[in-house]
Amino acid sequence: MKTTDTLGMALFALRGNWLRSILTALGVIIGIAAVIVMVSVGQGTQAELDRIMSTLGSNRLEVFPGGGRGGGVRMAAGSLPSLTTGDMEALRQEIPEIQYITANVRGGGQVVYAEKNWSSSWQGVTEDFFVINDWQLSQGEFFQPRDYSTAAKVVIIGETVRRELFGDGEAVGATVRIAQVPLTVVGVLASKGQTGWGGDADDVVMLPLDTARRRLMGAGSAAPASGTGRPAVMMPTDRVNGITIAVARAEDLGYVEEEATRLLRQRHRIQPGAEDDFAVRNISQMVATRTQTTRLMSLLLGAVATISLVVGGIGIMNIMLVSVTERIKEIGLRMAIGGGPSTVRAQFLAEAMIISLGGGLIGILIGVAGALAVGGFTDLPIALNQNVILLATAFAVATGLFFGYYPASKAARLDPIEALRQ
Amino acid sequence: MTASKPVPIIQVEHLSKIYNAGTPGEVRALDDVTFDIHGGEFMAIMGPSGSGKSTLMNMIGCLDTPTAGRYLCDGVDVATLDAEQRAQLRLSKIGFVFQGFHLLPRMSALENVMLPLVYAGVPRGERAALAEQALAAVGLGERGRHRPSELSGGQQQRVAIARALINSPPILLADEPTGALDSRTGEEILALFKRLRDDGHTVILITHDAHVAEHADRTIHIRDGRLFDPASEVTR
Repeated sequence: MKTTDTLGMALFALRGNWLRSILTALGVIIGIAAVIVMVSVGQGTQAELDRIMSTLGSNRLEVFPGGGRGGGVRMAAGSLPSLTTGDMEALRQEIPEIQYITANVRGGGQVVYAEKNWSSSWQGVTEDFFVINDWQLSQGEFFQPRDYSTAAKVVIIGETVRRELFGDGEAVGATVRIAQVPLTVVGVLASKGQTGWGGDADDVVMLPLDTARRRLMGAGSAAPASGTGRPAVMMPTDRVNGITIAVARAEDLGYVEEEATRLLRQRHRIQPGAEDDFAVRNISQMVATRTQTTRLMSLLLGAVATISLVVGGIGIMNIMLVSVTERIKEIGLRMAIGGGPSTVRAQFLAEAMIISLGGGLIGILIGVAGALAVGGFTDLPIALNQNVILLATAFAVATGLFFGYYPASKAARLDPIEALRQ
Repeated sequence: MTASKPVPIIQVEHLSKIYNAGTPGEVRALDDVTFDIHGGEFMAIMGPSGSGKSTLMNMIGCLDTPTAGRYLCDGVDVATLDAEQRAQLRLSKIGFVFQGFHLLPRMSALENVMLPLVYAGVPRGERAALAEQALAAVGLGERGRHRPSELSGGQQQRVAIARALINSPPILLADEPTGALDSRTGEEILALFKRLRDDGHTVILITHDAHVAEHADRTIHIRDGRLFDPASEVTR
């Protein structure tokens, strides 16, 4: 017997009771739609997570100066200038698992070129900074070791700053001013697009750490600032705003975090039981926490999908069993005129498959529409691709096969004599 | 054609069918039955209800397997076949005609007749023409588009006979084919069987009705699972 005939017979039988067929498919429709929404939300979240990880790096730690106590008043994190370049050097030497380490100071101000100016934030950085943050250059070159040691008046600018100041003109070799300090542009960073939080990653200016500290700090723009004007706390010359650590192997992250904390407490002479005057943050954990909610929703939809598919499958099995009983005479006749057990099984299995696959296809349409709606009405990231569709189709097929097999086998095992006697 | 074949098309040798063997409820539906049917014969198997004639029909129709003895259908020992192979044998050797017609109500007469062709794997394009021929052969050329419910009992039975003939099986097995028909229509159906016999088909008629059995060339009688000769009233 040909496959097309099997399908034709199955379709014919289903058309005879089309309302029942559609109602039977409803469970699968809902289940598959839920699978589509779940997977596209899940994949979207994962893609977002991956993107954030790739811009931040998944194997890094951030060390911030802590919020301390000043006369009983707790101060905000970062308000105590507790970290120094000495801390950075100590960490680099004491903990061999650290692959790269960089310290930075930050500030903001007008960047002036000829008659144009652009308000941006600047960072004074050390050599490893560009590696840790995976910055590439589109033009020019990185700072030379001499630039770091001599506090050379050089600067590397982000793509946004380049565009705003230079437009179509040549940037490398030009001189810009920040806080009246002339700085030579030696490189332009390749564009990174958005930051993980939607900001402009390219609106940045980088200088060697000492250049920033010696030539720009105290000029009214250095952080930490208390809002306006002068710095609230004058930065001693070796203070930094933060230290970034990258480890070679992600599994060392926890160990390095502990070691760094221990070392810094020791260096800062913090008594046992006293609070840290710094904070070590694991960036990937922070990002992961942020995506927990989305994952939870994804999981919930997954539960809905699983339950719907199981309930839908049981519905198919139930209706197919009823159908076998109802059509026992037909089955007996088909067997008498030459239909073997295998062809009878194939016909009933085909009916179950058509219900589940048809329901699956309708579910895919609804699910895609639902996923687009979720993407449109919420800020959840959505990833729709052919894998989602394939997965849903596979689920539909599996449901039909699994729940259709028993009724079909029951039909195939019928004794034609008994069946004809009905 | 098959009439001159020396080997019988149906060979039944010491056939027994025992239900619930070895228990107090043991039923000997068939008990040591032996007979032959030759190709081209129109033959009746007659017996009252409960005589075992239905069991015998199921056996001849390859729907059932014997407990003991041997049944050769066109030379094939049915006991050696599994369910799948028996279905194949029914497809190629036997056309069934039932008392209740057993037409599928949602299909037209033509589609009903075509059904065995689907199982035989005949290409879709050739089926309608073959079915129309078969319907014409039973005198229903005009009625192909009608549903069974739109046809009279006699017409429905003709559709069923056309369905039984469509694969050109050598054996036509009719179980009380006139049981649901009035006597005049019944006569017409029996006349149709005779014509089919004349065309070379082997027709086996199972009935409880002596008047129906009269139409056959030869009749074997069955009672309590055993064959007997009513003339001598001696059990064979």
